[in-house]
Amino acid sequence: MKGGQRTGDLHSALRPWYFAGPATLWTVAFFVLPLAAMAVVSLWTLEGQSTDFSLANYRQFFANPSYYRAMINSLEVTAIVTVVSVLLAYPLAWILAEGVPERWQRLALILAILPFWTSYVVRSYSWLLVLSERGVVNNVLVASGLLNAPVQLANTRFATILGFVHFFVMLLTLTIYASLKQLPRTYRRAAADLGASGLQTFRHIILPLTMPGIMVGAFLTFVLAIGDYVTPQILGGNNELLMPQLIMLQIGRRGDFPLAAALSLILMLVVTVAYLAAARWLKLERA
Amino acid sequence: MKNLAPSLAWAYALILYGFIFLPVIMLVLFSFQGTMFPVPPFNGPSLRWYETVLADSRLTSALVNSLVLAVATSLFAVFLGFLAAYGLARYRLPGSNFLRGLITAPLMVSYLIIGMGLNIMFNGMGVPKSLAAAGIGHVVINLPLCFAIIYSQMGEHQVNIERAARDLGAKDWQVLTHITAPMLWPALFAGFFLSMTFSWDEFVISFLLTRFDTTLPVEIWSLLRSGLSPKTNAIGSIVFGVSIVMVLVLELVVLRRRRI
Repeated sequence: MKGGQRTGDLHSALRPWYFAGPATLWTVAFFVLPLAAMAVVSLWTLEGQSTDFSLANYRQFFANPSYYRAMINSLEVTAIVTVVSVLLAYPLAWILAEGVPERWQRLALILAILPFWTSYVVRSYSWLLVLSERGVVNNVLVASGLLNAPVQLANTRFATILGFVHFFVMLLTLTIYASLKQLPRTYRRAAADLGASGLQTFRHIILPLTMPGIMVGAFLTFVLAIGDYVTPQILGGNNELLMPQLIMLQIGRRGDFPLAAALSLILMLVVTVAYLAAARWLKLERA
Repeated sequence: MKNLAPSLAWAYALILYGFIFLPVIMLVLFSFQGTMFPVPPFNGPSLRWYETVLADSRLTSALVNSLVLAVATSLFAVFLGFLAAYGLARYRLPGSNFLRGLITAPLMVSYLIIGMGLNIMFNGMGVPKSLAAAGIGHVVINLPLCFAIIYSQMGEHQVNIERAARDLGAKDWQVLTHITAPMLWPALFAGFFLSMTFSWDEFVISFLLTRFDTTLPVEIWSLLRSGLSPKTNAIGSIVFGVSIVMVLVLELVVLRRRRI
């Protein structure tokens, strides 16, 4: 638009594409095309290396209990993780925003999310240290006489949930803190002047106004948790599989890319549906 | 009641900080373990496991790979993201909403699926697994992030300065390098360092797309097969330390300045 008139018409029409073109091409070539390739391959079958199109892999997902069970496990774990993380993070964000003196808030917040920056692999391994049979938790419980013998904490669903909650409490503290800080302090004073108790102010003013922030954080939690392979593989082990583990198992053990592709697309579909639901809900909230 | 609430709040905060830091403390503390197992009792401090790590050429070359990959892919992601943000903020393009959606779409898809898609496509094209393949994946995940950060900082106030430069005879690339980029450098820097930390920590894409020459998280993954070891603690502590340095640089250089 701007300054394009001086040069030729074709040149000026093309000019924006010099800038937006490379990123667009990159995304098409290495994001859209791979997904398309995945969709095509998901219609193949591994048995006999057939490249005839069929819905066999998708049918298998719904017919085989051990496959759809993984999806149910994933949804259960992710739901528990999301709810527990929000419930734990909200009070912490509140204390940071309200109880900590202004000049220390930034430092307190950086500290609260410092371990957020560890790699998934290292973070999960660290929890393995804590939860192992000879780890610090069992050590303390046995030494204090609360337990006679160490209990198995690692390789359980509990361990997976704990590892996830640890990560997402940090993420949610950050998003909820941000939405709490955006609330004008005058709202609370106005509510108090009108005779609302602290609890009433929270229920009717603060909670509804921070809801969009909570929802964004909860949605991020859902997307990141349901797609993560590392945490359940290291902490949960192979006793019960979540979707990402089931997908990786198809490649690792059997080289069954068609089935892995179909399972990946089913997982993606679930996340997309959740996204549409969340987007719709958020819009309704704001209206 | 009035005195109880603050102390309850402090107790709660203390417990949560304890929960957040417990695994990190165990990781770092037992990286200095003097004996074979990274569990209590603590016998140390000893640097023997750090020496073991530094003597392990697989780990040190993976560390170098990870650093090179993080720097290279982040530079490229910032470059592509900056150009796209400039094009979409300064020109009216047909379907620019769609383009913005397309460029940020990878944020919505899990790394596992992005890695799997690239793996299947490269397989079909006969492209062998390599660090470069993983690098392509890292640019895919970081480009939307860089684009979103830089695009959000492109304001109307910069337009007049850019126009002035153009009226004085500056070419497009001169405006970009001499005017726009310097005005946006906090956003460029933030995009770069965030991408660095994400690439540095990324596991599953590298796992799917590399074979022999690989990144540090993938090497650590294969160490895990032999169970708990202070050696894993030591290399894990190094990984964590590097991430923290990146985040602190970001905080000190970019975010602090913006506040003033």
